[in-house]
Amino acid sequence: MLHTNLKHVASEQEFNELLQNNENVMVCCGRMGPMCVPVYGVMEEIESEYKHVAFRDLEFDGPHAHVIRSLPECKNFSGLPFTVYFKNGKVVKATSSIQSMEQVTDILNENFGK
Amino acid sequence: MDNNNYDVIVIGGGPAGLTAGIYLARGKMKTLILNEGTAGGQMVLTHEVANYPGVESISGYQLSNIMKNQAKNFGCVIKSNLKITGLNLESEVKTVEVNNKDIYTAQAVILATGGRSRTLHVPGEDKFKGKGISYCATCDGDFFQDKDIIVVGGGNSALEEAVSLTKYASSVTIVHQFDNFQAFQHAVEEAERNEKISFIMESKIIEFIGEESLEKVVIENQKTKETFEKEINGVFIFIGYEPNTEKFKGIVELNKWNEIVTKNNLETNIPGVFAAGDSIQKRYRQITTAVADGTVAALGAMEYINNLHALVQA
Ligand SMILES: Cc1cc2nc3c(=O)[nH]c(=O)nc-3n(C[C@H](O)[C@H](O)[C@H](O)COP(=O)(O)OP(=O)(O)OC[C@H]3O[C@@H](n4cnc5c(N)ncnc54)[C@H](O)[C@@H]3O)c2cc1C
Repeated sequence: MLHTNLKHVASEQEFNELLQNNENVMVCCGRMGPMCVPVYGVMEEIESEYKHVAFRDLEFDGPHAHVIRSLPECKNFSGLPFTVYFKNGKVVKATSSIQSMEQVTDILNENFGK
Repeated sequence: MDNNNYDVIVIGGGPAGLTAGIYLARGKMKTLILNEGTAGGQMVLTHEVANYPGVESISGYQLSNIMKNQAKNFGCVIKSNLKITGLNLESEVKTVEVNNKDIYTAQAVILATGGRSRTLHVPGEDKFKGKGISYCATCDGDFFQDKDIIVVGGGNSALEEAVSLTKYASSVTIVHQFDNFQAFQHAVEEAERNEKISFIMESKIIEFIGEESLEKVVIENQKTKETFEKEINGVFIFIGYEPNTEKFKGIVELNKWNEIVTKNNLETNIPGVFAAGDSIQKRYRQITTAVADGTVAALGAMEYINNLHALVQA
C-alpha cells in the first residue's frame, strides 16, 4: 500500500466505480519514490480546493495497476509516476514522471475547470 | 493583514526549514514556513534514511511527516506548494509575497531553500522527461530491461547508478564532459570492470530527438566540436546538484557557485536574514547537517529579535 494521505484505488471494481460515479478523476499510479512522492504531495495539497475532482493513488506494483499501465495513453511512458486524468470515464490527459504544482493545476483547470 | 505578520518567516520546508520551525515555534516565536515544493524537501526523495541518529531506519517520507507534525504541534504554520513572487529583505520589517497576491511580514527571515538535481538544459530534455529521460535509477531502471541506455555524469552518483542500471539494461554508455572522473577511484574501477559499460569522454549531449519517445541523442566532442547521433532507448542524468538560490540573487551575498554566504551564526550579509541547509556555502550536505544549521539559524533569529526588542525598550 502507498503511505499517502490520499484515497487509494484498491481493486479493479473500485476503479471502474470511481470512473462511473465521478465526472472528473485524477489517478496517480506510482511507488513511494522520489519522482512520485512530490506528485502525491501536490494532490494532497489541492484536494480540498478542487472538490469537483476525485483524487486517487494506485500502487504501481499492485495487482490492479494494469488499469492504468495498459492504457494506450501510457504506452510510451518510462518514468514514474503515470498520472492520468479522466473526464466522464475517458482519458483527457496523461503524464509521465514528476510534475510540479503548476503543471498539475494547469491540466486540472484546462480539463475540469477551477 | 495582522494575521500575516510573523516574528520569523522560514523560506523552504526541508529538514533545515522544519527544524528551524520546531525551535522557533517552541521558543514562542510566531513562525511561518513557506515552501515551494512538498514539505520535507529532498528528504521525501530518499527511500531509506539509515544515518539519522536515533532512528535505525526510516523512509524519508515518514521522517518528513514526523518533522512536519512536530513543527505544527508547536504552533508553526506551514504552507506548501506555493510560489514566492516577491521579497523585500533589506528593511527592518521583511516582506514576502506569495502567488502574486498574499503579503507576509516578519522581523527575521531564514532562507532554507536547499538544492535540486541539475538538468542539462538542452533541446528535447523537457519533452522526453518520463519518455526516455530519467533522473532516478531506482524509480525507472526497470523500464529499460534489455535496452541500450546512456548515463550522463562523472561523479559518484553517475558511476554507481550506471553499475546498478546494468541489472536491467543490455548496455550502458557513460557520457562525461571531462577526460577524467570526479568519482571515488573504487567507483570508477567498478564501472570499468563491468562488461556492459562503455565510455564516451570529453563529450556532451546537446540534443534529444524522437517522436513519441526518445529515439536518439546528438553528442558533441568538447575538444573537436564534432557531433554525431547515437540511437538510444533511455538517458539517465546524474550531473550533481545546484542550490535553489535564484530568487536571492542581487539580494543576499552568494558565492560563485550561487551558495549563500553566511557568518558563523548563519546570518547573511543582511541583518535579520539567516540561512541554513544545503543552500549555504559548506562542504557536507546531509540531513544531520541541515538539521544542525536549522537549529543555529533559528537560535540566531531569536537572539536577533530579542535584541531588537531590547533596543526598543531601552
Ligand atoms: C536521492 C537523495 C538521497 C539522499 N539520502 C540521504 C541520506 O540517506 N541521508 C542524509 O543525511 N542525507 C541524504 N540526502 C541529502 C539530504 O536530503 C539533504 O542534505 C537535505 O534534505 C537538505 O535539507 P535542506 O532543508 O537544506 O534542503 P531541501 O531538503 O532541499 O529542502 C528545501 C525545500 O525548500 C523548497 N524550496 C526551494 N526553493 C524555494 C523557494 N524559492 N521558496 C520556497 N521554498 C523553496 C524546496 O521545495 C524544498 O522543499 C539525500 C538527497 C537525495 C537527493
